[in-house]
Amino acid sequence: MSDDELIWRIAGGSGDGIDSTSQNFAKALMRSGLDVFTHRHYPSRIRGGHTYVEIRAADHEVQSRGDGYNFLLSLGDSFARNPQEEAYYGNEEIKPLSENLDELREGGIIVYDEGLISEEDVDAIDLHERAEENDWHVFPMDLRGLAREHGREVMRNTAGVGVTAALLDMELEHIEDLMSDAMGGDVLEANLEILHEAYETTREEYEFEHDLRAPEGTHDAEQALLSGSNAIAYGAIDAGCRFIAGYPMTPWTDVFTILAQNFPDMGGVSEQVEDEIAAAALAVGASHAGVKAMSGSSGGGFALMSEPLGLAEMTETPVVLVESMRAGPSTGMPTKPEQADLEHVLYTSQGDSQRVVFAPGTIEEAYEQTRLAFDIAWDYQIPAIVIYDQKLSGENTNVDVDFFDREVSPDLGSTLTEDELREAAHDNSGKFKRFNYETAENGVASRSIPGQKGGRFLATGNEHSPVGHISEDPDNRVAQMDRRLEKLESIRAELDEERESTQTYFGDETADYGIITWGSSQGAVEEAIGRLNENGHSVKGLSVSDMMPFPEREVTEFLESVDEAMVVEMNATAQFRGLLQKELGRFGEKLTSLLKYNGNPFEPAEIVEGYEVNLAEEDREPTAQVRIEPAAGD
Amino acid sequence: MSAFNAIGEEREIDRDEFTPGVEPQPTWCPGCGDFGVLKSLKQALPEVGKTPEEVLTVTGIGCSGKLNSYLDTYGFHTIHGRSLPVARAAKLANPELEVIAAGGDGDGYGIGGNHFIHTARENHDMTYIVFNNEIFGLTKGQTSPTSPKGHKSKTQPSGSAKTPIRPLSQSLTAGASYIARTAAVNPNQAKEIIKEAIEHDGFAHVDFLTQCPTWNKDARQYVPYIDVQESDDYEFDVTDRAEAAEMMRETEDVLNEGTVLTGRYYVDEDRPSYTEEKAAVGELPDQPLAERYFDDDAEWERSYDLLERHT
Ligand SMILES: Cc1ncc(C[n+]2csc(CCOP(=O)(O)OP(=O)(O)O)c2C)c(N)n1
Ligand code: SF4
Ligand SMILES: [Mg+2]
Repeated sequence: MSDDELIWRIAGGSGDGIDSTSQNFAKALMRSGLDVFTHRHYPSRIRGGHTYVEIRAADHEVQSRGDGYNFLLSLGDSFARNPQEEAYYGNEEIKPLSENLDELREGGIIVYDEGLISEEDVDAIDLHERAEENDWHVFPMDLRGLAREHGREVMRNTAGVGVTAALLDMELEHIEDLMSDAMGGDVLEANLEILHEAYETTREEYEFEHDLRAPEGTHDAEQALLSGSNAIAYGAIDAGCRFIAGYPMTPWTDVFTILAQNFPDMGGVSEQVEDEIAAAALAVGASHAGVKAMSGSSGGGFALMSEPLGLAEMTETPVVLVESMRAGPSTGMPTKPEQADLEHVLYTSQGDSQRVVFAPGTIEEAYEQTRLAFDIAWDYQIPAIVIYDQKLSGENTNVDVDFFDREVSPDLGSTLTEDELREAAHDNSGKFKRFNYETAENGVASRSIPGQKGGRFLATGNEHSPVGHISEDPDNRVAQMDRRLEKLESIRAELDEERESTQTYFGDETADYGIITWGSSQGAVEEAIGRLNENGHSVKGLSVSDMMPFPEREVTEFLESVDEAMVVEMNATAQFRGLLQKELGRFGEKLTSLLKYNGNPFEPAEIVEGYEVNLAEEDREPTAQVRIEPAAGD
Repeated sequence: MSAFNAIGEEREIDRDEFTPGVEPQPTWCPGCGDFGVLKSLKQALPEVGKTPEEVLTVTGIGCSGKLNSYLDTYGFHTIHGRSLPVARAAKLANPELEVIAAGGDGDGYGIGGNHFIHTARENHDMTYIVFNNEIFGLTKGQTSPTSPKGHKSKTQPSGSAKTPIRPLSQSLTAGASYIARTAAVNPNQAKEIIKEAIEHDGFAHVDFLTQCPTWNKDARQYVPYIDVQESDDYEFDVTDRAEAAEMMRETEDVLNEGTVLTGRYYVDEDRPSYTEEKAAVGELPDQPLAERYFDDDAEWERSYDLLERHT
């Protein structure tokens, strides 16, 4: 919980423009040379209900939202339904202030809009008493008044940023540049005036007694600020994907939107369709016709994709689906993260079906593994799924611009050209033996594309002969099934032997206590392990991305090297631990789970505490809203 | 040079080319109307100058879904009710393919009904043949969305309480730009209608009455049939939406009373197809997207070029 970092929280009503303000402020911090990480918290409503964004900034790499925060800019909720009355929901206007105090660190700063939040309201929540107890520094500012004076009321966010910059001793340069990029004319002028006025007024009106200042740092290379959804979309673009079909559902909508906005300029096609069954079926149809295609959804929509997914497996039509998890079951908590669709994604669809599933843990991994999903899908003619969640989807962090300096790979993998088709095996009537198990390599039988000469075959979800005719012949059945299954083993071998591992290792290599996690919990676990080791413990960590095929060798080696391991994941039924036990049952006795499913992602301190409670084997319960599930047989 | 040389190839086409040489014997029952659809396609395709490898036949699940097992083109036998979204995407991926979708009445008007409405609404340039036998054939004779009210089956032992769907009217309301009904017992008309449907630029929906002698013994074999264009008793303009609607309604009403009306019901040559609409808003590339993957000179934009907005 170092104080060389800033964790700035901007809170207001949904619809108060928190997103764009925070995005720009994060960029300003990044441009000033800091590493940043953003965390977005919002209710599933457009207007009403309060929302916040946190920006963590430091002169070193930041891998999670951190623990608590140290600067609150509370705008008040200007869209509150019941501004003054103590109706059912209580006074909503003040909630962006009152509901954010619990996590504010000692010595932290509070700026609130006294234009919107009255002195009586502030007294009613005992702000001043609490400030005294916690050594908070409180700065009431009439942000609304300032905004009205020079422009329009909506510009009060700019006033808030001006006050923030003054209190943190930040230069205004980067903020001004970003404003100039985003707007022009009178609007820009008014905003700049408000920014300066807020900055100056703050410096004139207040004596600064707080210690917190913006950290200083430098970057060696130019940085880009982007989210997991951006990274997935960009991975798809660079993999040569130019077709997307979808139906909106939070949080998957982000990836869909980014590609829908970019594809037309890139000669690609985007389709919003009637439902997710259609969306997945379209991706399959486009891929069948020779295009690198994808679709995706979140839990409920993905459930509708089960049958087309199975069709893609059986017809060996390559396709990439992304599944952006949110808290379930059913509609669950649409805007809250959870890692509880793992089993759904691994096993949905009938029969001995198989697919490839990757769970990236960081923004960079989201990009890399999306590309990998396309490569594997098209090489092996199998569906590949990227599973992530609301957390990774919406959090932004800075990445070296050079990271993206790569070539596009439009290669269609194991697809034949017409010249190659001429040499390929056909039946007596000239039908191409698309599913030829006799010549398949690694289980893969190369395919043709409709319109190619000499390539006609039947794709069918029924079991089929080499040319695709429906067949229930037992020998053919076994040969085809074995061939399809062989693909997964070949992929496992390729991932293990030929490609860079997608698993991430951290901590003390010699430790005999391990923490294992997967997907977007990676950052918090990595940070927690760093802290534990700094504090004299000895812990190593593993974050797994290959969900299917499972990286048997790597996980075995890790589990053999430790006496005990804690599995950290954001769900209530320990799904990833279940996967570990299914794949590597003999390690069951070593595994304890740390589970969190209250709708908020792990903070590093919660993992540190989980470790302490687990290791001490005390009868103590963790203070955080998490659950420890002991090892089987314990 | 195109990667898809079967497309647009000019040559003599033999009818037999559409019959698989190593033929899986059709598993349809003797006397089944599905043979009529197969036959009319085998006749129509060469007559409109299509070769087997420039055609993609996409089917659903049912007795009807077996169509592309016996019609030798590129084929995709999909899942129950989902032929249209698969077919639509193939057309968007490669607008030069001749795409024909087909399936049963349960497949298209029941489980896939949502796709039917939206595909018609969007006016995708393809042919959609619904094998309408007023029954679930493959699953052994249950009541389907087109079964007449009162129809008894194992799952509706007291007779269906539901009024049947109105396939033609629904198609018109949804936006199809060519709508016809034909019958397996009327091969000449069927062939001509299929030809028109293939040549039509837009969503051409053919409700094809296919008798099921095995499970739908009550329904007669759709004889005698009347061609509304040829009969003097019916007078309406197929390009007039209101007149078409009225004619469709009557046709749907009298079918269950034993009068089998067939023919063209609605033809709108002016409505742009979906590919045209999408191109008009700048969301469809000029070159077929599928071609691009085989074009060594194609330019591929990189995400790297999008980063300015993130810095
Ligand atoms: C999702 C799903 N539900 C049910 C079935 C079982 N099923 C197969 S065909 C069919 C109905 C067939 O009726 P229709 O579509 O009219 O085709 P027909 O056999 O009459 O040509 C059903 C219910 C299935 N294959 N998939
Ligand atoms: S069950 Fe009916 S529809 Fe199916 S093949 Fe036999 S006759 Fe035709
Ligand atoms: Mg039927």
